[in-house]
This record gives sequence, C-alpha cells and structure tokens, in this order.
Amino acid sequence: MNLAYTLRLADDALIIGHRLSEWCGHGPILEQDIALTNTALDHLGRARSLCQYAAAQYNAATAEEKKNSFSSVAIQQLTEAGKELTEDDIAYLRDGWDYRNLLLLEQPNIDWAFTVARAFYYDTFNYYFFTHLKNSSDSTLAAIAEKSLKEVTYHLRWSSEWVVRLGDGTDESHNRMQQAINELWQYTGEQFVMNDADNEAASTGVGVNLAEILPLWTARIAEILQEATLSMPPAGSWMQQGGKEGRHTEHLGYILAEMQHMQRTYPGMEW
Amino acid sequence: MTNDKLNNSKNEWPLWEVFIRSKAGLDHKHAGSLHAADAQMAIENARDVYTRRMEGVSIWVVESKHIQASDPGEADSMYDPASDKIYRHPTFYNLPDEVKYM
Repeated sequence: MNLAYTLRLADDALIIGHRLSEWCGHGPILEQDIALTNTALDHLGRARSLCQYAAAQYNAATAEEKKNSFSSVAIQQLTEAGKELTEDDIAYLRDGWDYRNLLLLEQPNIDWAFTVARAFYYDTFNYYFFTHLKNSSDSTLAAIAEKSLKEVTYHLRWSSEWVVRLGDGTDESHNRMQQAINELWQYTGEQFVMNDADNEAASTGVGVNLAEILPLWTARIAEILQEATLSMPPAGSWMQQGGKEGRHTEHLGYILAEMQHMQRTYPGMEW
Repeated sequence: MTNDKLNNSKNEWPLWEVFIRSKAGLDHKHAGSLHAADAQMAIENARDVYTRRMEGVSIWVVESKHIQASDPGEADSMYDPASDKIYRHPTFYNLPDEVKYM
C-alpha cells in the first residue's frame, strides 16, 4: 500500500493549486491571470487523480491500517459508520495535521516575485521528480507522473522566465525577486528530506530517491539565477521542515479554513 | 490625475496579433490580440489565452504596429470596382468531360 506516499503528492498538488488559484481575478494583467489559473487547474487536476487513488487505497485497506492512517475526527467517523471515502472527503475532511504537503507550498503569495520564486523552486523539483516517478513500479503513479510531466515542463518554463525577467529587469524588480528567492530558500530543503514514506516507497521501486534529484535541482536553480543576475542563497543554511510529518506553518490553517468551511458547515452539499 | 496616468498606453505592454493553426495542414487564422512584453511572452500568453480548449497546434504572433491596414474610407474605390467583373471567376471555361472534380 502506497497510501502515505500518494497522499503526500496529493497534498502538494492541492495546496499549491489552491494558492495559485487565489490569484484568479487578481493577476497583474489579464493574460497572466489566465496563465496562472491554467497552472492552478493543472495542479488541482493532479490533486484529484491522486486523491481518488488515495481514497481507493484507503477503502481497500484493513481496519488496522485505516486506524493508523488519519487522526482527523471527521474521517474516523465516516470510517466507523462503514462509509467509503471519496476524493472530496480526502480533501475537505482532513485536519491540518493529516496534511503532508511541503511547507514551501503553503507560504502566502505576498507579491508576484514571491509567487514566482515559490513556483520556480517547486516546478524545478517537480520536473525532476516526475521524470523519475514516470518509472515507478506503481502503474497508477507512473501514469499520473507521465501526464503531469508535460504540464510541469510548461510550469517550469513559465516560472524560470519570470525569475529572469524580474531578476534581470529594473532595480526594483531585481531587489524584490532577490528578496523572495532569499526568504523562501529556507523551505526548499524539505523537498529532499527522505521520511519513512519516502524510504519505503523508494526501496520498493514505487517512489523516488530524492538524493538523486538534489544535484539536478541545485544545478538548474543555479543556472537560472545566474542568468537572472541573482545570487544563490548560501548552501548549508538552516532549512525548515515538518510539513511532511503534518507539522505546518500557521498559513495552512487559513487555507483549510477557506477551502473546507463549506463542506464542514453543510456536509455533502453540492452545487 | 496626471497626464501620464491618463495616457495608459505608456505603461502598457505592446499589443500583439495572434494567429492559430487549428490542426496540421490548415492555415493559421487570426484568433485575436493580447498584450505581452516581448515575442516570447506573446507566444506563451497566446498559448494560455487562445489554446486552452485545444484550439490549436501552432501559434504565430506579430506585434500589431507592424500590420499595415487598408483605409476603410477608401473601400469604395478599393473593392467596389470588382463587383461587376464576373468574368474574373473561372466559370466561363468549357471543361472536357474527362476532367473530374472541378
């Protein structure tokens, strides 16, 4: 069972998709508003596929496995009532501590530079990650990876170009891009932390050995930052982590409050 | 408000015309226009604005200022003279029976 691993990937996709969708109607120019909304929908589409797969794995699990999967009360109540989980339950009924997304992805949009920097770090990671995950021994994850890679390749092109545009632009844009690159740097290390789910998935050929991605990611980031006349934050600096274990920054609570309050207030509502 | 602020075009990205080829073998057709800082961004904006519902497989962009347009005020002299020159259509030839599909 690859439930924990699947959920991690689902949560990354769901949270960055939600963050980017916050730009909808607020983009600096119509064309970029649409571009970001397209990208947000790519991430949400991947989140759906992964949540569906996670729900299917959960529903097929033993009672013991189910008990150890989630500590969110709403999920436990459904399970105790003998109900199967759906993709929506996975997204809307888990509390923050059951979310396993990277801290990087829940960081607020702040401005265009921060939005671009966050996307740049994650898109670069995603590109190499899905290139590897394409060869997963889990055929569902491999198929999702193959589809996602095409989307991610475009995301990476978009965010890399904006880093260069702003970095190699005016003094103002250069400074703000550099500030965003510096401040988000502390959240990039977690992308490469191998936790229990990572180790188990990597050992069975399901998941990716993140140590193999780190040098690729670092080289690509360095190349683009140099082209953008930006300086790379120092290697070996302190890195935040905890998201993969369910310990989040305060920002996730606000995201979930906005995302979940309708389903929590009116359970099962549709429109 | 200063004149600069009123004159938005000074702060806006240039306008581009977008041409989309809907599938291989067909012509690029004018799809619309958009703003972009340069040609590269114009292609990408066109991808996001005009091909998100599978409308195309190829994009051309050209900055709108490079398009020279005919003057609508001269339409009478430009186009009306063609209206009674029916002999310019190739409909007056007798085709041999052996030629098919014409």
